[in-house]
Amino acid sequence: MSFEPKITLFSCHYASQQSCAEKGKELQQLGFPASINLVRVPCTGKVQVTTLLQAFEDGADGVYVVGCPVDGCHNVKGSVRAAKRVTAVKKALEELDVESGRIEMFHLPRGLHPEFVAAGIAMDKKIRALGPSPFQS
Amino acid sequence: MIVAERKPMAEILGMVKDCSKVLVLACRGCVTVCSAGGEREAAALASLIRLGMKKEGKAIQVIEGSLVRQCDKEYIDAMDEWDGQYDAIVSTACGVGVNFIANLRKETMVYPALNTTFFGGSAEQGIWTEQCAGCGNCVLHLTGGLCPVARCAKSLMNGPCGGSVGGKCEINKDTECIWQSIHDRLGSFGKQSQMETIAPIRDWSTAGHGGPRKTVRDDLTL
Repeated sequence: MSFEPKITLFSCHYASQQSCAEKGKELQQLGFPASINLVRVPCTGKVQVTTLLQAFEDGADGVYVVGCPVDGCHNVKGSVRAAKRVTAVKKALEELDVESGRIEMFHLPRGLHPEFVAAGIAMDKKIRALGPSPFQS
Repeated sequence: MIVAERKPMAEILGMVKDCSKVLVLACRGCVTVCSAGGEREAAALASLIRLGMKKEGKAIQVIEGSLVRQCDKEYIDAMDEWDGQYDAIVSTACGVGVNFIANLRKETMVYPALNTTFFGGSAEQGIWTEQCAGCGNCVLHLTGGLCPVARCAKSLMNGPCGGSVGGKCEINKDTECIWQSIHDRLGSFGKQSQMETIAPIRDWSTAGHGGPRKTVRDDLTL
């Protein structure tokens, strides 16, 4: 049976603002996977550990965060904080004997660009390879 | 503050494996300040318990609550609002809080979510260091305010062991030799000769070696 993953992306306003233009049509045309549910946040520094875990509780097979470059965050340290929290969730997943690769952090420049799409394709590919979330009952 | 850290999830999940309803109870005291057991950490733990149990194919209902502190009877009494909603409590308080719940709630099973580690302070964001051992016989007035009981790896009372190099402890190169620091600090006040006073053999009965300790203040008791 084929597996269609559910992936939740938390992307900062700046990294994704052009991606969302025209209701994301341009993003789709560039091959951004349909498996990804994009959640825009004002700053990834606002994404808490509980937010990331809740995404898994809500049925995500994979979760990833796209924030500003480490040395170029609009809010100075927001994306660094997000990366720390992603690392904390990776460790927690390992404690639960779940693949830590189900969650990732990407630091990308703002705007619609190939890297934003490539990150989505990479996550889609990885989660398809990992299979359904072990948290699905 | 009392500093603590979360236990491994496997240990916590083992505690609640036979429960169908648990209350994850945060403490808004010390463990909130050291980001180990406040409301935010309790919410993350509740989520991890739900995920961990779901992975094992077990159903569990996890509710969250918090108390101002878990080390005072009047706050423990406030737990009445969750009566009947749980089989067991997973407390994210320090060991004092867990003991208080066990003391005062005879019918309630309580489990510790944290390992209580030490009395310390924030060295910098995200880093806490031990500063006091609660030994019950403070010598800080003799040592420039720096504690040799808690901060010397050997708890020496009469100066350094001689093993430190460059002001760092021979037990751990990341740890300052507190006796070096005591010497330097007393010296900055021109009081390094204070170190020549021989400290007598110490009575450790006040440090818990004489059994659990108790403080009674007759001016406060009713």
